[in-house]
Amino acid sequence: MTKEYKTSAEISGPLLLVEKVDNVKFEELAEIEMDNGEVRRGQVLEVDGDRALIQIFEGASGINLKKVKIRFKGKGIEIPLSPDMLGRVFDGQGSPIDGGGAIIPKVIRNINGNPINPYTRDYPSEFIQTGISSIDGLNTLVRGQKLPIFSASGLPHAQLAAQIARQARVRGSKEDFAVVFAAMGITFEEADYFISDFKKTGAIERAVLFINLADDPAIERIAIPRMALTTAEYLAYECDMHVLVIMTDLTNYCEALREISAARKEVPGRRGYPGYLYTDLSTIYERAGRIKGKKGSITQIPILTMPEDDKTHPVPDLTGYITEGQVILSRALLKKGIYPPVDVQASLSRLKDKGIGKDRTREDHADVFNQLFAMYALGLEARELAVILGEGALSEKDKLYLEFADSFDKHYINQGEDENRNIEFTLNLGWKLLGIFDKAELKRIKDQFIDTYYKSEQVEKLQFKAADFDQEL
Amino acid sequence: MKDKMIEGKIVKISGPLVVAGGMGNVNMFDVVKVGELGLIGEIIEIHGDNAYIQVYEETGGIGPGEKVVSTGEPLSVELGPGLIGTIFDGIQRPLKEIAVKAGNFIPRGLDIPHLDRNKKWDFKPVLKAGAEVKAGFVLGTVDENENIVHKIMVPPNIDSAKIKKIESGSFTVTDTVCLLETKKGETEVKLMHKWPVRIGRPYLRKNAPTRQLKSGQRVVDAMFPIAKGGTACVPGPFGSGKTVIQHQLAKWADAKIIVYIGCGERGNEMTDVLNELPHLKDPYTGKTLMERTVLIANTSNMPVAAREASIFTGITIAEYYRDMGYDIALMADSTSRWAEALREISGRLEEMPGEEGYPAYLGTRIASFYERAGDVVCISEDERQGTLSVIGAVSPPGGDLSDPVVQATLKVVKVFWSLESQLAYRRHFPAISWLNSYSLYYDNFREEIEKKMGTIWTEMRRETFRLLQIENDLIEIVRLVGIESLSQKDRLTLEVSRLIREDFLHQNAFSDIDTYTSERKMFLMLDTILQMNEKGRAAIDRGMKTEDVFKIPAVEKIARMKYVPENELKQIESIKDDIKGELDRLERTEA
Repeated sequence: MTKEYKTSAEISGPLLLVEKVDNVKFEELAEIEMDNGEVRRGQVLEVDGDRALIQIFEGASGINLKKVKIRFKGKGIEIPLSPDMLGRVFDGQGSPIDGGGAIIPKVIRNINGNPINPYTRDYPSEFIQTGISSIDGLNTLVRGQKLPIFSASGLPHAQLAAQIARQARVRGSKEDFAVVFAAMGITFEEADYFISDFKKTGAIERAVLFINLADDPAIERIAIPRMALTTAEYLAYECDMHVLVIMTDLTNYCEALREISAARKEVPGRRGYPGYLYTDLSTIYERAGRIKGKKGSITQIPILTMPEDDKTHPVPDLTGYITEGQVILSRALLKKGIYPPVDVQASLSRLKDKGIGKDRTREDHADVFNQLFAMYALGLEARELAVILGEGALSEKDKLYLEFADSFDKHYINQGEDENRNIEFTLNLGWKLLGIFDKAELKRIKDQFIDTYYKSEQVEKLQFKAADFDQEL
Repeated sequence: MKDKMIEGKIVKISGPLVVAGGMGNVNMFDVVKVGELGLIGEIIEIHGDNAYIQVYEETGGIGPGEKVVSTGEPLSVELGPGLIGTIFDGIQRPLKEIAVKAGNFIPRGLDIPHLDRNKKWDFKPVLKAGAEVKAGFVLGTVDENENIVHKIMVPPNIDSAKIKKIESGSFTVTDTVCLLETKKGETEVKLMHKWPVRIGRPYLRKNAPTRQLKSGQRVVDAMFPIAKGGTACVPGPFGSGKTVIQHQLAKWADAKIIVYIGCGERGNEMTDVLNELPHLKDPYTGKTLMERTVLIANTSNMPVAAREASIFTGITIAEYYRDMGYDIALMADSTSRWAEALREISGRLEEMPGEEGYPAYLGTRIASFYERAGDVVCISEDERQGTLSVIGAVSPPGGDLSDPVVQATLKVVKVFWSLESQLAYRRHFPAISWLNSYSLYYDNFREEIEKKMGTIWTEMRRETFRLLQIENDLIEIVRLVGIESLSQKDRLTLEVSRLIREDFLHQNAFSDIDTYTSERKMFLMLDTILQMNEKGRAAIDRGMKTEDVFKIPAVEKIARMKYVPENELKQIESIKDDIKGELDRLERTEA
């Protein structure tokens, strides 16, 4: 029989202080029974002698200090795991909310996990084809990578993430594949978009969804990514699946963390976020990866919205320091009607170099990438110049660069939401766009590749396919 | 040590901070075992009977009433053969052994000896019984690998002694190889000894650094060089290439031994180093790079308190090899994460915060870390010289250099490589700004360099800096009024500066050839570009246009210089003649 405490002394925000407790452990799970019989859950945040500070997941509203009863469960937050979770939807406490029955667990795990030993990590190098040129060609994603999407309100990050989830494949492999989706504080509509998209394409069969909506308790947001990742680790390392974890929106997660930190009266860091935000985020992001000798892998695509499109805001800033690159969406491109509006210059995949080239994508990939990038940068400079001085003032060379940048936006970055381009198409498209330059201008490409691909037959016959995009920019 | 064993009970737990009662008799900074699991922690404050402990492992599931046992020793590292080529965590536990014992994830409360207890090493004495010795005297050597002769020295805490017995043969690190007779009695010397990480190892005296630490990176070696025994910092926003620069230095710096500390950074980056180093050859010795490297990994998701310790663990190991008279280079990536660990612990101790929540002693701590670098005369029989260079990456929020960690670091380091996101966006790597960075060492070894490269080198450097500075001013003008307003000579300056930027300063870390550049090649490359400047200017004086001057085929060859292998440098040497010949020809056809 577990002891019941009626010795609650203080409530402040979601925090409850219980006195005269005995044998309570740090991070232990607690049940809070209200006088109307409702049971809420919480976690021990601090133990000081016989006083325990509990963070209540569902919030403190309606709790009466004199009447509430507390039971400590003797363990941390755990989640039951089984391959049967595929195709199911769960709430922030790990209980099914799709009307189906409870999961019969194969194993039960603490959601915090342990850090992967860097010695046993396997370096990610398997190319994932997302079918999106601006990612495959320029910001290549590999298995085991964590590549966030830095978005902002009003930008199509949800569409992009759903498209990646739909199209992502490792070429030539038929290995088991799953999507784990964690929604933190997003709206019903946004969650519904993902769920119905997964249903429409049948992806739901291979997906596990954890949903915490904007009106669900903020505190649950702290646990939800960890539940999702514990599930992902189980599927990857014990069921040999390649798992893609999509988490949205990390900014909401960080705000929940800030809320608790403020309630605990901790010394705030930048913009009121706690000083340990970096460490906390890393315990989420670093759970992506590959392990030597294991078939499965965990690839993460966290989505976060940058407040005021500000990349130096603590959430994107600290994320960028942990993740292996970032895909940044740009409002300016969206306004021009370009989807996906990927800001190619500011985006980066740190693991791309080991994932591209011969036997991975194609031998000319790195050179084409460098050349496209260099030309696009020159084009953008020319565009800037044209804004100040007028297009007439541009030199012939600059005009050519500008033309290149325009058609790069229009044909390379821009593509349909349902358009799934394979890597050959993406690479040849690059060659086709580079075709407006003289051979000698392509300094970053080795001669042998120029001989093979420059204005070659397969490049020349390629048609631009930007589906619903034909009007002039 | 048994008599010092003090046992207390946990009173309070808040994240990595645990308070234990009944600990009034412990020493500050002693290591303790916390709770039933025996988590490793360190005492960082004592109030009466209560000891405040920072715990190096996650504290979930620990509760009040559990025992805390003091080991009676401060946090120490084990120093002896077997360090090289090994990857340790922040408190020197070998990650390979952890994997063998515990699998793919790192569990808590593991107690693993830091150095391999079973491996036998061949000890060759250099002194005989009866010899009088003092601290730092070499008693004998162990070949740690083909590259490193590991000197077994009289530990620093022994004043003077006489060798009573010394043995040659095969020993483990805990076997006694030598018996010393001191004033206080007999002392056993083993292949390994322990040293507390927070105390710098003593030396005889420090000198001003006078030798260059070559890195094979052109922007570093030519423009902003660092000295052996010097300090440098690399601040920059994310994506600007801090880690790649640190990796490049770890690979190509001409130090005898590299200590690389991955402090609160990505796990995959450590894996990358682990995978690559055994396959890369040291250009100075021909051995694999792993045979000269010690790795310390505390990735960002590993416990935060151990991150604070990892920097000290690394630098103590580095000092130990320095004492053998070697040149050591230490890279710490990133010191910001270390400072954040300090901030977190300080917050939990409820200390009064300074700037940005960092503790007020941040500056002192940073200075005391960098001050452990230096060019020193070791305490030894032969006054041997050892150097320890320290290169720290800093990750300021949003790349903002007013960050307290950057500012405190800039106060103590002599080299500043400023990384800029604008350069990174253009994929100009290394993204070291040639306008904002500085090195205060060049004059320290100017004579040495001029002896090798000729006095002209100093002149060439100055000219390069001058051109880049003028370019910066000219670009401003072009932005405002267009390129047409520039004179032919100014346009030439722009074109030459572009060559300097793209074909000299830009270096491709992922190219097998360009990843490392010898001094000779570096000299030839810059010399060729400056030749283009000189000859081009002369051609313009004779009435030619910049546009035409830069159409000569030699410009194409300049762009390919970086990909010329070290054994074919003649190809670069000949470009100078090409420039002259082609410009002359151009002049004739125009005439």
